[in-house]
Amino acid sequence: MDAWRVEVRVREDLPDPAGDAARHALTAAGLELSAPVRSHRGYLLGADLGEDDVRRFTSSVLADPICETATILAPGEAGTATPGEVRVVPRPGVTDNVAHSVQKALVDSGMPEVMAGTYRGFRVGDDIDPGALRNAAATALANDVIQDVTLDGPPAGLPGAGGAPDLDPHEIVIRSLDDAALEELSKTACLALTVREMRTIQTHYEEAGREPTQSELETIAQTWSEHCKHKTLTGKIRFGDEIIDNLLKSEIARVTNELDRDFCVSVFVDNAGVITFDDEDCVCIKVETHNHPSAIEPFGGAGTGVGGVIRDVLGTGLAARPVASTDIFCVAPLDMKHEDVPEGCMHPQRILRGVVAGVRDYGNPMGIPTVHGAVHFDEDFVGNPLVYVGNVGVIPRNKVAKKPNPGDAIVSIGGRTGRDGIHGATFSSLELHTESESVSSGAVQIGDPITERKAMDAVLRGRDEGLFSAVTDCGAGGYSSAVGEMAEGLGATVQLETVPLKYEGLAPWEIWISEAQERMVVAVPQEHVARVLEICDEEDVEGTVLGHFEDTGRLVLKYGDVVHGDMDLAFLHDGLPEFEREAHFVAKSVAEPNLPAETDHGQALLNVLADPNVASKEWIVRQYDHEVQAGSAGKPLVGVRNDGPADAAVIAPKLNSERGIVLSSGLNPRYSRIDPAAMAECAIDEAMRNIVAAGGDPEHTAVLDNYCWGNCADPQRLGELVVATRALCHVAETYRTPFVSGKDSLNNEFNAGDRTISIPGCILVTAMSVIPDVKRTITTDFKTAGNKIAVIGVTKRELGGSVYWKTRGELGACVPRVDAESGKEILDSTARAIASHAIVSCHDLSEGGLAAAAAEMSIGGRLGCKVDLGAVVADDALSAEELMFSESQSRFLIEVPPDKVEDVEANLFGVAFSWIGEVDDSNTLTFDHGGQTVADIRLADCVHAFKHTLDLDGTMTEATR
Amino acid sequence: MSQPKVLILRAPGINCERETFDAFERAGASCEHLHVKKLVADPTQLEKFDILSVPGGFAYGDDIAAGRVLANELRQRAGDQLLQFIDRGGLALGICNGFQVLVRLGLLPRASTDGKTLEQEVTLSHNLSDHYECRWVTMKTLPNRCVFLDEGLTIQCPAAHGEGYLQPKTPEFGRMLRDEGFATFVYVDEGGDATTTYPENPNGSPLGLAGLTDVTGRVLGLMPHPDRAYRPFHMPAWRRSGLPANADGMMVFERMVREARGA
Repeated sequence: MDAWRVEVRVREDLPDPAGDAARHALTAAGLELSAPVRSHRGYLLGADLGEDDVRRFTSSVLADPICETATILAPGEAGTATPGEVRVVPRPGVTDNVAHSVQKALVDSGMPEVMAGTYRGFRVGDDIDPGALRNAAATALANDVIQDVTLDGPPAGLPGAGGAPDLDPHEIVIRSLDDAALEELSKTACLALTVREMRTIQTHYEEAGREPTQSELETIAQTWSEHCKHKTLTGKIRFGDEIIDNLLKSEIARVTNELDRDFCVSVFVDNAGVITFDDEDCVCIKVETHNHPSAIEPFGGAGTGVGGVIRDVLGTGLAARPVASTDIFCVAPLDMKHEDVPEGCMHPQRILRGVVAGVRDYGNPMGIPTVHGAVHFDEDFVGNPLVYVGNVGVIPRNKVAKKPNPGDAIVSIGGRTGRDGIHGATFSSLELHTESESVSSGAVQIGDPITERKAMDAVLRGRDEGLFSAVTDCGAGGYSSAVGEMAEGLGATVQLETVPLKYEGLAPWEIWISEAQERMVVAVPQEHVARVLEICDEEDVEGTVLGHFEDTGRLVLKYGDVVHGDMDLAFLHDGLPEFEREAHFVAKSVAEPNLPAETDHGQALLNVLADPNVASKEWIVRQYDHEVQAGSAGKPLVGVRNDGPADAAVIAPKLNSERGIVLSSGLNPRYSRIDPAAMAECAIDEAMRNIVAAGGDPEHTAVLDNYCWGNCADPQRLGELVVATRALCHVAETYRTPFVSGKDSLNNEFNAGDRTISIPGCILVTAMSVIPDVKRTITTDFKTAGNKIAVIGVTKRELGGSVYWKTRGELGACVPRVDAESGKEILDSTARAIASHAIVSCHDLSEGGLAAAAAEMSIGGRLGCKVDLGAVVADDALSAEELMFSESQSRFLIEVPPDKVEDVEANLFGVAFSWIGEVDDSNTLTFDHGGQTVADIRLADCVHAFKHTLDLDGTMTEATR
Repeated sequence: MSQPKVLILRAPGINCERETFDAFERAGASCEHLHVKKLVADPTQLEKFDILSVPGGFAYGDDIAAGRVLANELRQRAGDQLLQFIDRGGLALGICNGFQVLVRLGLLPRASTDGKTLEQEVTLSHNLSDHYECRWVTMKTLPNRCVFLDEGLTIQCPAAHGEGYLQPKTPEFGRMLRDEGFATFVYVDEGGDATTTYPENPNGSPLGLAGLTDVTGRVLGLMPHPDRAYRPFHMPAWRRSGLPANADGMMVFERMVREARGA
């Protein structure tokens, strides 16, 4: 379709940061560039617009009058292909948020609302080989799942309209199929169902005396997906002689039930776990993974992950207000050689940049602070990066319960439905392979945070006015899961033709299972429907009645008068055949390294600080808004120059109260290479240490478990999962921390053709503590020269899996284990001492051990310290390097003013601890052992080592001094 | 007048409206949220208010350019009433995205126009780092024509933006803004001097420009967020230096409310 083309460029004499960023990306992709890259933005406007309007609109809206210039091409006028110019154009059907805003601005300006589109362009240099430019641009500037790259000059016009939809309900022949044909059908239709499950469906339809429709089969596949049903963890596991019936119930949920903590309000039943906050409100929390979408399209995958977990919280009870987000990434090392990256995978640097930008560009516009995060690096994340995203919400105590009633309208609030994200739930239940990128393009989701913000505002207003009987989010499986779940035990009829679409051409089954983002589903009593739609209109977001709930036990799908599905809800929800898997566990064969003793402990510490698993994440943190909503009481970066690492985030989520939340996490994939049980124990211990170190209350803390594992059809992998779960649960029980929510992402494997790369199985533990007053919390940075330093806990010979040995190229075997009984005493005593105001700074000992913790406290406070390693409580005669770098659990470093020493000793009575040194203003860190100084390094060198590794744009380290 | 009335503007993508509301109320004002859709339907509603506040966020997703779509909407559909509002003595505050909106709308600085039409004279473009950045900064006030800001005040608050590079139409115009008192806030270094150096100046803005007032001195726009530095525990260093009685950002809200009260 012909269109006006308007290209807007920054004035040549002014800096063009978007061009600079493109140059950086193209250079990283291997292109040699002599000249600067200049960028432009392209706009496509429908040919119906008059020339005067186009010129006026360009100068008043599209181009900035101060710093930009524009060129205009009339409809039908051929553009010239300038050598060295490349344009990145969205593919047809991909959401174009900016185009919608262009249309709005046209109307505001009194002009007709014509079609609009956008693209980007770059002038790279006419001396570049076109083929090389196209290839580099395709990887560095575009993602071919959603964008096309062209060297042919400005696009001729707007993408054409979609074709007419296929409205046939399509019976799928299943009754006559044999096992092989059933398996083939599951595969070709991307159903991700086993033969046994396909047979169950076959039997069901034999009894019904007909074939399923396409919509029905898709609904069953979505509902029964591993992603939605957690078949592995809730099924039967044969583990040696033992039969475990439902690991989640028998371990995780059992801990919560047996602990029976009075602060738990709603656990495992809703979209997020809910605990008490104050007399009026509860807080809820959810952590999700979005691994497969992020592997294929890091920016969109991570962004929509954030959007999805926000909707989980918004869809908890009758809606919670999201107040904080978290993000944790696992990627391969950034210095991995390009030739070591398997075909079909992106380079980890591109993945990290993409996921960071994705979280940034979704979370920031939502106005939800991203307050806490972490990044872990390991080679085996190359094919399957992990993206964990979490969200916390506040919900009134009387809005936690929900239940749709017969007769309630089904109302969708939010974005329109397109073909984006079809088969996400089933896709995430499969293994990735070299061609996942091309075959699963439909599974990529494109986010629009402003629409989600509008939906959020509308839903919260509806909640406050008491207009809903139930609320849930559209996540995996789209409407099929959201409506299907709400209708459980009830029944519903949905009119698919009422669903607002992004473009024409969607078949009814596509509408039903599309995972288009930013949609919430609410159950509304008929008398409130008009008011709900009015609020939606006021908030500038679409609200649409899709159907109603009814007491029939059936889920009926219609498009006009044609029935596309009529399903028995009992079969849909309970018909899944019992899932059974084999598991066994053989301890890994690992050995302690045979290394010469450390010769330069100071340099060793600098190496540890520079290791990416320890190094400062400031480059990421600074790109996230962690201050919005005005609740920030404990920043992610702390100290004199706001660049020391915090252990946990502290927020006061209500504007009228100083009651607070402390939020932290623990994860250590590397330990899993030695012993998955140790990995799990250390994850929860680390999360709890972080809570305590920041001033949280270990007796009012809830935890979440998020599993990311390889293919659990492999009995050893599943056995490792069982062993890890049991270790995790033992510690949680002893720590009296109930699990309130969790999630598992299995099948994190990449088939690289000749080999399968599985991630190290890992559990992220997220912890959330409620405290009476945010002003009682403390930070990690050293405060004052002359204060005493103590270490709490016992240091053991536990360098297995440590960062120190990683820097020496070794893994080892002596991985840290948790002694839960003494660990609990340490957590409680330390928390007590902090609550009594005797401790001015505290840092937990984790990756890099005691020496790294001391260095981080020094960096934060820009103060030196002197530590006598010989004074550290140890369980054996340990070497200096063991004392400095062992990663034994349940340990803290604390800073105490001289006049508070006795208070601290009283609070820590009965717990292993010792005074080991002093904070000073020497600008050096000194470690003594056996009367000798083993390390004496400059604070400035520590700062540099800590800050430069992950400073991907080279700006943070310069700012050091 | 006892309690000045503040219009806290809402719009798709504006996301700091709750804390801006809270900060103004703590400063003694009476606030009302009003969605832009309702405002442009009847812009005479502005007459009810003493202060207009455009909070931070990502109005309409910052599509095309930061604040552009909202600025266009306000100019096209409420431009005359906005000019009348200021010229009859109303005050206005734009923080971060709100500043970008006021600048693109042409309400700030109105230093070279006839005062009757709205025309953009400066722009806020991409940070030199080309990405969004959230960090605490220190600013001071220059000698300026803003009716509620004295010279020599120092204020610490978070900056959180990707487009805060204040670009005047010419360098001379930029110097004029400073010399004629249109420039209110500048980013300062440790010595208290205006700076263009990262990270004290998070976006590289020339002359260290962080905030502007208009020809009447009754409109203030600034990139950093006083609305995130108004509760004592917001301040980053209280664990080192003790909890302050008042957080820095309160000053902006208190001074505006006091001015509106006196008017």
